[in-house]
Amino acid sequence: MRAIALLALLALGGPAWAENQDVCRTAEAQVGTSFALPHAAQSVANKRLNVLVVGAGSSALPGPEGVRKAYPARLQAALAAAMPDTVVTVASDVEPRRSAGQMVRVLPAALSKFKPQLVIWQIGTVDAMQGVDPDEFSQALEEGASITRAAGADLILVNAQYSPRTESMIALGAYADLMRRVASQQEMPLFDRFSVMKTWADLGIFDFYAKTKKLDTAEHVHDCIGRLLADLVLDSVKLGEPQPQSGR
Amino acid sequence: MEEKPTMAASDRDLRLDLFRGLALWLIFLDHIPSNAVSWITIRNYGFSDATEIFVFISGYTAAFVYGRAMRENGFIVASARVLKRAWQVYVAHVFLFAIYLAEISYVASSFDNPLYTEEMGVLDFLKNPDVTILQALLLKFKPVNMDVLPLYIVLLLFFPPMLWLLLRAPNLALVGSAVLYALAHALDWNLAAYPNGEWMFNPFAWQLLFTFGAWCALGGAARLSPWLNSPLVGGLSIGYLVFAFCIMMTWYFPRLGALVPHFLSDVLYPIDKTDLDVLRIMHFFALATVTLHFVPRGWSALKRPIFQPAIVCGQHSLAIFCMGVFLAFAGHFVFTEISNRLITHVAVSVIGIAAMVATAMVLSWYKAVERGPRPPSIKPGFAGGSS
Repeated sequence: MRAIALLALLALGGPAWAENQDVCRTAEAQVGTSFALPHAAQSVANKRLNVLVVGAGSSALPGPEGVRKAYPARLQAALAAAMPDTVVTVASDVEPRRSAGQMVRVLPAALSKFKPQLVIWQIGTVDAMQGVDPDEFSQALEEGASITRAAGADLILVNAQYSPRTESMIALGAYADLMRRVASQQEMPLFDRFSVMKTWADLGIFDFYAKTKKLDTAEHVHDCIGRLLADLVLDSVKLGEPQPQSGR
Repeated sequence: MEEKPTMAASDRDLRLDLFRGLALWLIFLDHIPSNAVSWITIRNYGFSDATEIFVFISGYTAAFVYGRAMRENGFIVASARVLKRAWQVYVAHVFLFAIYLAEISYVASSFDNPLYTEEMGVLDFLKNPDVTILQALLLKFKPVNMDVLPLYIVLLLFFPPMLWLLLRAPNLALVGSAVLYALAHALDWNLAAYPNGEWMFNPFAWQLLFTFGAWCALGGAARLSPWLNSPLVGGLSIGYLVFAFCIMMTWYFPRLGALVPHFLSDVLYPIDKTDLDVLRIMHFFALATVTLHFVPRGWSALKRPIFQPAIVCGQHSLAIFCMGVFLAFAGHFVFTEISNRLITHVAVSVIGIAAMVATAMVLSWYKAVERGPRPPSIKPGFAGGSS
């Protein structure tokens, strides 16, 4: 399926994107589906948006610059640039090696501490690595969604990274499918990080096979993810704009 | 049920070999991570995949072969042969695990990338090989794509009593198998896996398909055939296949998902592979019904050369399955170390299947040579059919 889509993409826009400076946008079509974010939209209408990123290891980068270069900070920068008259904060609760079940347990505390209107929840990698029971995994997802809604916030899911080197060791597919299903059933947006990164790899934009200690590619990838994620947030916020106030 | 189960004609039904061979090819294509060619495989167009075909046909052939042995030589001899087969499968599994360890260890020593600090955690088990290897030998630690053989081993271990019952009261055996399936669903029975979780293929659930295959081999297929040939069942099958196809399309084009009514998606999902969801079984039945309509028994075209590559693979299923798992590792290695272009994907897929066919042909040749001038009794048990 994806191969066909890719061929079509190559045929249609081959040279155009190669020239384009903004390589992130080559994977725009893979970002995911927008669903309305009523709480976030209400808050943006009041010129304020608190975002909380809850995630595991792949939401962070190592090194002294790690926090500033990882995608939560890049998301904040992109959102602030797109909504100059809105005060945007992005807090993050990120710790490596946490499964969905573990994150659900810390979610209430994090929600009451940061009081976000939008939660971005990155999951899937650790559960796939540990082979967590698929039923348990989707239950954790549904539980997280209802806890977040009860706290007056919207939720966006972010799935695993595309990691070709470890593909024969981590079966991400089943968990990615489950996330897609829960997201569309609960009508919440899913940022399809896996497909986005896969598309970049297929187009030769980033080399995810590379063996390196340098951070430049990793930082570039996180910057791109932050910006594409910001696009998804903005699209979804627009869908959920409160009706009476949309007199523009 | 007084009548003796009618055994099919002594010559092997080539359709079994053909479809098992095709299933082995599909499993190979699906096992190579992010293989572009795998979009052709049936799992993308319906609920069931090649695993169902493989398990069903394995049950069918097991009953065909060991059923005759049990009737001719008694329970003890037939059971001993089944257990010997289980041992061969176990040895094959351990062999594949050794190859897997080699690949993993290579990746662990050669891979470093700050983007993937989390993912590299999967290699942590190499830090305590004592536990890991022991758990693998106990069939509890099963790396990605190495779940089918452990399932097969467990199915074979419990096959002798099931076969005994199938030969005496086939319908009772089938009902018993269905009850076990239902109990496993209701009470969440499954075997534990290491380091956590449960078996990817729940033997308590998957035994149903294996037993159903065995039941078909022992005369069930003949009893079913009036049903299978009825236009009503044919129509329902085609309708169900189309329905499954449409649902699958909503996975690839999420925008279509909005067209699926809520109550329907609540009923449908999750379509569970671990516990062999009813939707998957039904899909397999529908697929089998439609396929058997177009490929009747004794279809003369089965003798044509074009089908021989798949048939010969199906005749050496254990060896070719293992070969497929190994080739999938090797294919992934080519993608990571040499080239990941579309043309490489096609080349790896084609060469892999060609290697499977060539191996199967060599094995057939061996078999013919060994059967040749000497009486078969000279061969001692162990060195025999192991891969």
